[in-house]
Parts: sequence; structure tokens; C-alpha cells
Amino acid sequence: MMSLPAKFAEICAGIESLSAMGRNPFDIRFEKILSPTVAVLDGRPILLLGTNNYLGLTFDAACVAESAKALQELGTGTTGSRIANGTYADHALLERRMAQFYGKRSAMIFTTGYQANLGLISTLAGRNDHLLIDADSHASIYDASRLGAAQVIRFRHNDPEDLGRRLRRLAGQPGDRIIVTEGIYSMLGDTAPLREIVAVKREAGACLIVDEAHSLGILGEHGRGLCEAAGVEADVDFVVGTFSKSLGAIGGFAASDLPGFDLLRIVCRPYMFTASLPPAVIASVTASLDRIRTDKSLGKRVLARSRRLHFGLARSGFQVGPEPNPIVAVKMPERETAVRFWNRLVDEGLYVNLALPPATPGSLSLIRSSVSSAHTEAQIDQAISIMTAVGSELRVLDRRAVATALPGA
Amino acid sequence: MTDNGRDIEAEILQILTARLPAGVRLSAETRIVQGLGLDSVAILDFIMDLEERFDISIPLDRIAEVQTIGELSRAIETLMGAT
Repeated sequence: MMSLPAKFAEICAGIESLSAMGRNPFDIRFEKILSPTVAVLDGRPILLLGTNNYLGLTFDAACVAESAKALQELGTGTTGSRIANGTYADHALLERRMAQFYGKRSAMIFTTGYQANLGLISTLAGRNDHLLIDADSHASIYDASRLGAAQVIRFRHNDPEDLGRRLRRLAGQPGDRIIVTEGIYSMLGDTAPLREIVAVKREAGACLIVDEAHSLGILGEHGRGLCEAAGVEADVDFVVGTFSKSLGAIGGFAASDLPGFDLLRIVCRPYMFTASLPPAVIASVTASLDRIRTDKSLGKRVLARSRRLHFGLARSGFQVGPEPNPIVAVKMPERETAVRFWNRLVDEGLYVNLALPPATPGSLSLIRSSVSSAHTEAQIDQAISIMTAVGSELRVLDRRAVATALPGA
Repeated sequence: MTDNGRDIEAEILQILTARLPAGVRLSAETRIVQGLGLDSVAILDFIMDLEERFDISIPLDRIAEVQTIGELSRAIETLMGAT
């Protein structure tokens, strides 16, 4: 008989060594979720600072009410795919709203953000084409590149020069060049140099996909992400993203001005061969999108809270990521300290993410937090004080580094 | 060895030696995934150094086919010959 532990022996050993130091970080079970920022774990309240709930909309009254209404009126699920089993009016309406939001001609909804990348990228990247992906791309982009038929080339993280070199090496070869980058990168919270990437893209006549999963509703005056903030929306051929973070539910999307975009619906397998989102999800996402459009304070607040956490931790002597975005990662000296640190934070009532190689860039061991506009200043200060106390206990603070970490300091 | 007499394998071994802890013995038969003690991302980063050195791009599917340093060296030679 097949032995799963033998098949995944290395993974099992890794989990055993992690669990031996405390909790299993892959199996945290909240008994209750009290709000976007507080849950119950082991019978005690715990501050949530690692759930990607950037705008805190999971408990938004209007979103919950719309979702409940759709549940009552349209049932629990669609029980099938759009292509084989029909489209509900509300799915089509949300697609129009998404297209309007981005100022693009068309938009398409996927059942998860993972599937949006998997579907869009693998379908565009045909035989003889060339897919150029950032080295620090999300797993969904790597998986998409395996599903597609194109030749896949990685370029150095956030390095437009390296991208340009790799495009020039392709000179004379047939096929489309498709570049994939992300707005905010999920581990260190750094943004892509989009203006420079767009310049390289133009020179090469390539097509550009930008994944705004972590920047939707956060960057840009209207919350349209890094493409808006960098002023390059017209040069971005496809925007992809997720409903599971800023919009507080689940699902993915792609938006584009490309003529014939709707053809993708009948050639994109991760769209065709899966059930569409339940009506209750479509309803809450439609309401969330409305909130983002009408309430600009959400995005401003999450950035203000992010700066408070980022610079607060830097002031304590933590080594933080390069930019004060809602993903705030602190670098740990090595894996074992990261695991101890994370366990101690959970003991103290603070939930963040433990991020270890190979899921991290540069083989870094990280403690990753994600800030929400629902966090109060007091909650952010509480998180800083817990992390500082544990950092001091485990001797990971470098007070000498403080001066260089702070702007104008 | 390429037509212009460049010893690709020796250059790869030299780059790897600089990245690995002292004392790790390497040869053309060394397996890249099992033999180097590097995780998957670290291997891809090492490949990136090679791409820079030899001014080529090695597509991910080619990397997946390669198991030993010798095979990697031959793949690089082929890619260099193609340009």
C-alpha cells in the first residue's frame, strides 16, 4: 500500500522538528473569530495580525447584510461552472463593476485568486511564447507557468535591467513575450518598480500582467493598486487579483482592455472546469467593492497603521522590510529563533505568520504581519510592545541599526 | 568544453564552491537537488548566477530536466551554442 509519510518523508521531518519547538504553525485552529482583529485561540482572545484582512471588511455590516440576502434569495451555491451550467445575473454584474473600477473594457471572475493566475497565465502562455516571471513570484504564478506551454524564464526580483537583458536574448525568436509581476510582494511587502518595468516592456513589445492581490484597495488614490499609484495603468495589459484579502471573501479576477478578452472563457480550463462562486460571496464582494469606491478612508487608514507598525518595530531595533506597506515582515537571524519567536508571540496573545525558506526570498526566516484598517492604534501599539518584549527576551533586537532604519532619523 | 575552449563545468564548480560550506566535494556526477544541501529557491538563485556568468537564460523546464552538474553544464553549452 502507498505510504504517505514515506512519500513526504522530508516534509514530515520538517513538521516534526517545528512541532517539537511548540505549536504546529500549519495547524492553528481558532475556536472563534470575534472581529477582523480578534479571535479566540486555546480559550483566550488573540490579536490577529496575520490574516491579510487589509480593509477589515469581513464583518462590514452592509457586506454581511447583502451576503445574507443573496443566500436567502439565491441559495447556497451555483452547483456548476459558468460555461456548462449558466451564469447568474449577479456574477455578470460584478464583472461589469470590476471592469468599471479598473477602467478596463472587460473583466472575468474566477473561483479563487490562485485560479485567476493559474487560468489567465497558463492560457496566455502558449507554445512558442515566452513567459518572464519575477523570481519572487507567488506559487500560483509558478504553478501557472508549469500548466502553460510557453518557455518560462525567471528574472531577478524587481530588476528591470535583468528583465531587459533576458528579453534581448530572445531577439529573433517567434512568439509573444509575457511579463508577470506583482504590485506588493507577499513576503517582504516591497513593491515592483512598475514604471521601469513598463519602459522595458514597451521597448520589447511585450505584454504585461500585474497581480494586485496585496495592493487592491490599498495603493493608488482610488485603490486600484500599484498600477494606479505608479501612473502606468494604460500600459498594463492585464490586472489580476483576489477577493480574499481587501474584499474580505474569496475569489479572483482578471481585467483587461484587450479585444476578444471574453474568448478566454471558453479556452481557460481553470475557469471552465470549476464551479462558479456562491451568490453570497458575489454579493459581499460587490458590496465591498462599493465600500472601496466610496470610502477612501479605508485605504488611507491601513497605510497609516502600517507605517505605525513598520517604524515602531524599526525603532525597537527589528530589521524590517524595505517599504512601510501593510505587509510588515521582520527578519529573524535564523530558522530556530524564528520558530521560538513565533511561538512566544502566540503565547502572549499575538497571531502573526511564520515564514520560512523555501517559501521566502533569499532563504530568509521571517515573522510576517499583515495590517488591517480595522486595527486600532492601541492594537498596533500592543503588537509592537509584545514583539519588542519577546525580541528582547530572544536577543534579536539590534538597537545600533535603529538610526539607519528610520527616515530622517 | 565549448568550441571556444571555455570549460563550463569548471566554471560551474568554481561558482558552487564559493556558495557552499568549505569541504563539500563536488564533481560532474554530483546531483544538484540531493547533493548540494540547498533548498529549491537557493538552487534557482544559483542558476541565476550561472545565467549571468554565461549570458543565457535557462528556461525552467530545462532546469527541471537536469539532475547532475555534468548535465547542467551540457545544457548551458547547448544554450550558448544556440545564440
